[in-house]
Amino acid sequence: MPLGHLGAFLLLLPALLLMALVFLIPIGWFVIGALSELGGLAEIWEEAVAVLGSRAIIGAILNTNWIAFLVTCLTLLIGYPVAYALSRAKGLVFTLILVCILLPYFTSVIVRTYAWMVLLGRNGLINQALLGLGIIEAPLQLMYNRAGVLIGMTYVLLPYMVLTLYSAMKAVDPRLLQAAEGMGASPLRVFFKVFMPLTLHGVIAGGLIVFILGIGFFITPALMGGPSDIMIAMLIEREIELLLNWPVAALMTLVLLAVTLSLYAVYHRVSARAPGLAP
Amino acid sequence: MILRRVLIQILLVLLCVGFLAPILIVVVLSFSGEGYMRFPPESFSLRWYERFMGDHRWRSALLNSVMIAAMTCIAATFIGFLAAYAMVRGGFKGKGPLTALLLAPLIVPHVVTAIGVYYLSARFGLVGSRPWIATSHAVVAFPVVLVILRAALVNVDPNLERAAMICGCDRWGVFRRVVLPLALPAVISAALFSFLTSFDELMISLFLAGVRAETLPVRIWHSLLLEVEPTIAAVSTVLIGVTVLALITDWAVRRLRGVPIR
Repeated sequence: MPLGHLGAFLLLLPALLLMALVFLIPIGWFVIGALSELGGLAEIWEEAVAVLGSRAIIGAILNTNWIAFLVTCLTLLIGYPVAYALSRAKGLVFTLILVCILLPYFTSVIVRTYAWMVLLGRNGLINQALLGLGIIEAPLQLMYNRAGVLIGMTYVLLPYMVLTLYSAMKAVDPRLLQAAEGMGASPLRVFFKVFMPLTLHGVIAGGLIVFILGIGFFITPALMGGPSDIMIAMLIEREIELLLNWPVAALMTLVLLAVTLSLYAVYHRVSARAPGLAP
Repeated sequence: MILRRVLIQILLVLLCVGFLAPILIVVVLSFSGEGYMRFPPESFSLRWYERFMGDHRWRSALLNSVMIAAMTCIAATFIGFLAAYAMVRGGFKGKGPLTALLLAPLIVPHVVTAIGVYYLSARFGLVGSRPWIATSHAVVAFPVVLVILRAALVNVDPNLERAAMICGCDRWGVFRRVVLPLALPAVISAALFSFLTSFDELMISLFLAGVRAETLPVRIWHSLLLEVEPTIAAVSTVLIGVTVLALITDWAVRRLRGVPIR
């Protein structure tokens, strides 16, 4: 039954109140409140220039983007074939692949990170296996460095990539591929000339989602990274928990928020135009 | 041709093992009888579960997690249902931007949400309050509910609602006798996934829990910063068990009701 304007508004009211109460107002209040501790706009600008120009912070920003970029590439590299297989599979194989993706997807991030810590630690299972087989003499440093962060984050973010690519691939009309084959194109040519271009928007959407989630990551890099793998989210947390430096945390939050929201806007446009991708 | 197919299948099996192996290994290790991580374990026991249940801090973390997740689940499902119905049936402008706003808590880094809420909570003495933590979890669980219920309500034919109205049902009757029964499987799955979202949430809890309302993920976090001990394998297995249970229930409900799996 169609709803009137008032009806729709009343039904949306609790949701809007929740959003306002624990999302919009707190974030807005925090940014404005913390920055106004500095004084007027001139002082805030001065501090912003000083903070954003400082070596540690530029380093963290570059680090964050670089790690998120590498993770995006890794998830794409692994996720594309998996999504392809999923979109082609039927019956039991389909269910099996789906379970393999969904079980980790819905498992807590901290549990997934812990699982990799068990595997990659100095006395972890991978080192034990390699030592036992006599392949290495001394345990490898697989964690508390860049490699650990990349492995952990890729594992956590891979399902987002696979599921986005899958919905893009599912929307490809199989008759197009058959037509190309009928015209005499080789399987490789069909893949590169027809299938890849038709799933490109899925690659862009999946890449954006993974990158957006990657730059805001905290848990995995904090537990598996080394001293030089500081990311922005960790820096923000540190400014508050250890240094009680609210204004600096607010400035960095603003930067993170601006980048996230602008990429989200791009994602929204891509997914609104593309068939098969839910906004 | 056959060789290529076999190669692709081997690759696929390897990838699937790679997906599941870390989780399965944690489950197996949690039943280990040894004092340190060895795989496969030489003996099996429940000692890590005994230690988990015997420690009152772990027990109260479990209780906090369950209570907060239950409150989150009720609030998010209820609010999400109303909003999803309004989005599907309401004829108003600006649905696109509104959707973007309502889904934003999924995209905005949890660190940002957590610190914003913490900034306010600290002023109003709300740190450590379970209902308040549940409310904050509800804002991240709500988009999950909205997506699930919107997809289900789109499939409810408005003509059925019209027919019920013509037959003399009032709005509440239409809701109770037509909309709710048709959307029930989705409501159950929305409730399950909002429960899971809260049960697994770490970032917001980390800031808001204080000492009074530590949840399981927060306890795991603090333990992991110190050392990787097998008790955490047992706790993790409990969390994995809850996830598996939720996924199976969701699958069973969809199957019983004949709803196609997403």
